[in-house]
Amino acid sequence: MNVHEYQGKEILRKYGVATPRGKACFSVAEADAAARDLGGKVWVVKAQIHAGGRGKGGGVKVAKSLDEVHQHASAILGMTLVTHQTGPEGRLVRRLLVEEGADIKKELYVGMVVDRGTQRVTLMASSEGGMEIEEVAAHTPERIHKVAIDPVAGLTDSQADEVATKIGVPPGSLAEARKFMHGLYQAFVECDASLAEINPLILTGDGRVLALDAKLNFDANALFRHPEIVALRDLDEEDPAEIEASKFDLSYISLNGNIGCLVNGAGLAMATMDTIKLFGAEPANFLDVGGGATTQKVTEAFKLMLKNPAVKGIFVNIFGGIMRCDTIAEGVIAAAREVKLGVPLVVRMKGTNEDLGKKMLKESGLPIIAADNMAEAAQKIVAAVAAH
Amino acid sequence: MSILIDRNTRVMTQGITGKTGAFHTRLCRDYANGKACFVAGVNPSKAGTSFEGIPIFGGVKEAKEQTGATVSVIYVPPPFAAGAIDEAVDAGLDLVICITEGVPVRDMIATRHRMTGTKTLLIGPNCPGVITPEEIKIGIMPGHIHKKGRVGVVSRSGTLTYEAVGQLMELGLGQSTCVGIGGDPVNGMKHIDVMKLFNADPDTDAVIMVGEIGGDDEETCARWIKANMKKPVVGFIAGVTAPEGKRMGHAGAIISGGKGTAQEKLGVMEECGIKVTRNPAEMGKLLKSVL
Repeated sequence: MNVHEYQGKEILRKYGVATPRGKACFSVAEADAAARDLGGKVWVVKAQIHAGGRGKGGGVKVAKSLDEVHQHASAILGMTLVTHQTGPEGRLVRRLLVEEGADIKKELYVGMVVDRGTQRVTLMASSEGGMEIEEVAAHTPERIHKVAIDPVAGLTDSQADEVATKIGVPPGSLAEARKFMHGLYQAFVECDASLAEINPLILTGDGRVLALDAKLNFDANALFRHPEIVALRDLDEEDPAEIEASKFDLSYISLNGNIGCLVNGAGLAMATMDTIKLFGAEPANFLDVGGGATTQKVTEAFKLMLKNPAVKGIFVNIFGGIMRCDTIAEGVIAAAREVKLGVPLVVRMKGTNEDLGKKMLKESGLPIIAADNMAEAAQKIVAAVAAH
Repeated sequence: MSILIDRNTRVMTQGITGKTGAFHTRLCRDYANGKACFVAGVNPSKAGTSFEGIPIFGGVKEAKEQTGATVSVIYVPPPFAAGAIDEAVDAGLDLVICITEGVPVRDMIATRHRMTGTKTLLIGPNCPGVITPEEIKIGIMPGHIHKKGRVGVVSRSGTLTYEAVGQLMELGLGQSTCVGIGGDPVNGMKHIDVMKLFNADPDTDAVIMVGEIGGDDEETCARWIKANMKKPVVGFIAGVTAPEGKRMGHAGAIISGGKGTAQEKLGVMEECGIKVTRNPAEMGKLLKSVL
C-alpha cells in the first residue's frame, strides 16, 4: 500500500526523522492559510499524488511571496499531472503539501528495501540525490552504498556513520544523519514498510539533515496490525477496477490490451497473459480468481472484465486441482447469461472433473469456444477477436 | 528415491483443526501411503483429543517425541505462521512446509534469522507444498494429476506447477518429486537449493524449473547449474507481459527498478545452457526433447 508524501513525512517525524515544516491542503484557501502560518519568505507548493516525477511534470513550484503561493496552488490543485509514472492519461491533483523553503546545500539519497538475497532490510545510500536511483545504479553503481541490517542488532551507529561519511555528510552533521537513519529504520520496521525512499535527503546551509521528499510503501500482508496506516489509504489514487476486485477477494490489475483473462493462480495467470502476447495480441488484465472460486466469484470477475470498454474477447484458463472444473463451468455459464456476453469467449479447462465441465459448457447453448491447451486457446481467442 | 520426502516420512500438521488444515490433511492422508505418514496434529488448545484418529498434541516438541514425526506442514493463519515455523525449528524438525499465504515479511525476516545455523529446512510460506508421487503428498496440490517417474519439478507458483505436471503426464512422463517453493520474497528453500537435491538424486533424470518475475533467484540457480548440474534442465519464466511496479498476485512477483524481468531471467538461463521456452504450453515437450 502507498501513502502520500505528506503522510509519509508525518509518520517519519514520529520516529525522529527531520523534515521541513509543512501542511497538507485540500483547497487554495487552505494553502494560503498554511503559508501564512508557516511564515518565512520562501515556500514550496507540492502536488500530492501517488507517483514520482512530480517536479518535472510541473507539480512542484517554489513561491517567493504569499501571492505566488496562491498562484501556484490555484494552478496545481485540480490539474492533471502527467509524469513518467502516471502514464499518458495523468493523475488529477486533489491534495497539496505547502512547505517552508529549505536552504539546500547538498542533495543525497537514502532508501530502504527488503533484500531477497540477504533476507534482510537493506539500507541504500548515494551521494547522487535527486536522481532516480535506478539511473545511478545503471551508470555509476560505485556511488551506491549498501548495508544489510541485522534484524536483531538493528542498524548500528558505526554502520550509519560509515554510510553517511561515504555519501558526503560532513563530520559536523554526522550526529544528525545518524539520528535520521536510526529513525528511518525504526519507522520501516515498526510500520512494516516494504520500501522507504528519501530522495532527496538534503544537507542545509546550517548543517541540518532533512527529508525533502518521502516515499513509503507498506507490506499488504501486515496491514492487519496497522489500522492507523490503513486509514491513510486514498482510494482516489487507486484503479476503481482494482478496488472493486478487492471487495470480492479477486486479484486484478488493469493492463492496456483487449483480451480479458480469467485464471486460477497467479503464476498461471501471468503465463496466460504471456501466451496471448506470444500469439500477437495483448492482455487487458491480470485476474487471479484464486483457489476457492465460487460461481458468484466467477460472475463478479466477468462483470469486472467487461466494465473495461477495451475488452474485445475473454480467455478463461483453469487448471482444476482442488477446485473442480464443473464449478468453474457453472460460474462461466451463469456469468455469460447474466452479463449477456457480446464478445467471443474461449474456455480452456484441465484437471479435476474436466470432462463434466466441458460437457456443461457444450450443452449450455452458449457460443463458447472450447480449447484443449493454453496455446490453442490463445490462438483461438486472438483469431476470434480479430474476426469479431 | 526422491528428494525431501518419501513413503517413510512421518508428518505432523500444525493447524490441523482449522478449515484448510482439516480439509487438506484428509486429502493427504488419503493419498498413497498417507495413512501411515500423517501421524500427528498440533493445537495447544486441543491437546489430548484427536482428528479423525490422528492424535493432537499441545506442541511440536511433544508431537515429535510421541510419534517420531520429523516433518511439519503448517496451515495456521498468517499472523501466527512465523511463530509456528519457529516452534518447529526449535523442536529440531528436519523439514517444515508452510502453506499459509499472507505472512508479513517482517515476521519472515526474523524467522529466517533465527533459523541460521539450525538443521531445519523450510519450504514456503505461500506455497503448494511437496509431492513424491505414489508415495506421499504434503500440501494442497491435487494428487491424482501426478504419477511416479524420473522428472523433477521446482516452481514458485502453484497452478503453473500443476500445468507443467499435466503436460508431462500427456507425454507419459512421471515425476520423482515436485516442489512448490512459493511466491514470497523472504522464504525458505530457493530454486538453487532444490536443484542441488535433484542433482544428487539418482532417481531424477531431468528437471523443469518454473520461475516468475521478481528477484534474481532464477539467475542464481542458472549460474549454479552451468557450473555443477549433471542433468538437463528446462525452464519457463512467467511474466513477460507484466508491467513494472505492479505486484502480480504473489508478494514476490514484482518488477522493480527495471530488475527481475522475465526477459532478463530467460536470457541468463539460456546463457547458462538451460533450454527455455516462451510458450508455457510447451514445457512438457521441451523436457521430453532433452531426455
